[in-house]
Amino acid sequence: MFEIFGIPSQALFGQLLLGLINGSFYALLSLGLAVIFGMLNIINFTHGAQYMMGAFVAFFLLQYGGLSYWWALLFAPIIVAVTGIVIERAFLQWLYKLDHLYGLLLTFGIALITEGVFRNYFGSSGLPYQMPDALRGGQNLGFMFLPNYRAWVIVFSLFVCLATWFVIERTRLGAYLRAATENPTLVRAFGINVPRMITLTYGLGVGLAALAGVMAAPIYNVSPQMGADLIIVVFAVVVIGGMGSIMGAIVTGFGLGVIEGLTKVFFPEASNTVIFVIMAIVLLVRPAGLFGRTA
Amino acid sequence: MKSLVSLAALAAALSCGTAQAQQITVKIGVMSDMSSLYSDIGGAGSTAAAKLAVADFQKDNPNVKVEILSADHQNKPDVGSSVVNKWFDTEGVDLVIDVPNSGVALATSEIARAKNKVFVVSGAAASDLTGSKCNANTVHWTYDTWMLANGTGKALVKTGGDSWFFLTADYAFGHALERDTAAAVEANGGKVLGKVRHPLNTNDFSSFLLQAQTSKAKVIGLANAGGDTINSIKAGAEFGIVKGGQKFAGLLVFASDVNALGLATAQGLTLTETWYWDANDVNRAWTKRWQVERPGKFPTMVQAGVYAGLTHYLKAVAALKASADGKAVVAKMKELPTDDPLFGKGTIRADGRKVHDAYLFEVKAPAESKHPGDFYHLRATIPAAEAFRPLKDGQCPLASG
Repeated sequence: MFEIFGIPSQALFGQLLLGLINGSFYALLSLGLAVIFGMLNIINFTHGAQYMMGAFVAFFLLQYGGLSYWWALLFAPIIVAVTGIVIERAFLQWLYKLDHLYGLLLTFGIALITEGVFRNYFGSSGLPYQMPDALRGGQNLGFMFLPNYRAWVIVFSLFVCLATWFVIERTRLGAYLRAATENPTLVRAFGINVPRMITLTYGLGVGLAALAGVMAAPIYNVSPQMGADLIIVVFAVVVIGGMGSIMGAIVTGFGLGVIEGLTKVFFPEASNTVIFVIMAIVLLVRPAGLFGRTA
Repeated sequence: MKSLVSLAALAAALSCGTAQAQQITVKIGVMSDMSSLYSDIGGAGSTAAAKLAVADFQKDNPNVKVEILSADHQNKPDVGSSVVNKWFDTEGVDLVIDVPNSGVALATSEIARAKNKVFVVSGAAASDLTGSKCNANTVHWTYDTWMLANGTGKALVKTGGDSWFFLTADYAFGHALERDTAAAVEANGGKVLGKVRHPLNTNDFSSFLLQAQTSKAKVIGLANAGGDTINSIKAGAEFGIVKGGQKFAGLLVFASDVNALGLATAQGLTLTETWYWDANDVNRAWTKRWQVERPGKFPTMVQAGVYAGLTHYLKAVAALKASADGKAVVAKMKELPTDDPLFGKGTIRADGRKVHDAYLFEVKAPAESKHPGDFYHLRATIPAAEAFRPLKDGQCPLASG
């Protein structure tokens, strides 16, 4: 076994892998944000609350409906997406023409209210959510013990990310969507229902947040503030990747997960600041973000 | 003549009667974290406990009128300070009780001293409150960092857990807890193999646990609290820490945290508390009454401490027949032996430290738990005399003078 900067390579490989796993949460969440910003021009601050709602819905489905984790993966995003669609229809649709700030303030307010309501009914310490039996246990990779669940997280989120990217960038539906963002009037003239498409896109972004929430439920604390803790980091990821860039969100999500993982080995105290340091540097060098187009 | 005597007797009886029924009015403020990470530990449950204490006390002392206020300090010392200042200055509050979060508690203690009011701490952990920062207006009831460190640290070393690795929250509270525990471990012949300091509110602990795993320490000490502790233990279960032969020591774990983790994840965890709702019939009966206001929840030792601390405070006020002079009330509280249904008989020392037994618990496996809230096996009782920091070691000026 060799050493790199005084750290056994064994530990280093382990941390790299863990970083990738954390990165997959960042990627899933920032992907949803990027989709919403790219298509709707809305900075969705409710994203963290929607991630939290995903985890809570998974808990309710199990507790009161007897539906397992696998069903939750399907239903929780749909249920939370429906609440998102209601928000879009009721509030957001009036804000598209206004400054970004209005959308930001509205979604931030909704996030605070949602978290407050959940805290009022379920307390702050959180709810237990057990891991599905099929994903218990783990593999000994030689350099580390990899729990099966984490392996599942990385594979599944990679799949979801790439599928989303494919739909938006490589299919006819995605082409309509992108066209609708560029020039809604023209696309409408072709007989496409643009408002409905926008609504569904918001639903998709919200659903992605809820999906990440379901995936987080067995391994992280399911509590009302779980999203608030994460959302700031995820925003940094989106800014670094370039606001609205789908591939940028995915690549930066995974990449920053790895960088954060390495920081946890070399300088653990800085592990929650390192992303913001990188953000500052990136903004200095490339104000539009790594993958962003300058307007 | 006869009528004169009877008139005098009547007058005497009347004056005696008025002395007996002399109305005492007390205003107390429950300040807690009502909306954030500590709100299940204290919060509305503390207010509910205070109401029970008042109801019970008034059964025997109908002449004491008590009004309860409550407020949220949002875990911010500045917010807490302005609430307490307003309470003392304009609302005539005599006692502030609970105050989880050591930062806010230290600020409150200082204000209570300056304005000569009373502060009974239940929720905060810092042992400095009865150490270098002690004062004659503050009583620290339920627990403190020294007691947690010593209880869990010593017990685990004695049962074979002689090598430790710390996961420490990177701020004053975590550092203090780590320092106190490491001292207890080393004093009992154990060794500290390493530590890692993580930022507050960390989501993912797997990297840190991997470091703890490679250290091969027998015990992983969690010098953190709330969500950080829950996330550490959840990740530990997943990474097979306990199955691999290492043990978690929760240095600050409350019943509400165990509830949030679920027994399947928390089983085997060792922790120290001074009160457990399911320990005896009295506690269970009290919990039933408490649950009328907090259905589905289980009270923590902090909430029980609010009940007991307030009960004792009211006794002292009733004995003095006055509540205005905070120093005098606290002196009376120290003079009277404490005796309440939840913490039993005990005393308050010169430095303001309330001493009582502490208990070392181990979290049950799901199969051993017979009803909701059946969380713990009792592993050891730490007698009051050993549970808390010796009076002379606290550097409290009140203790020497």
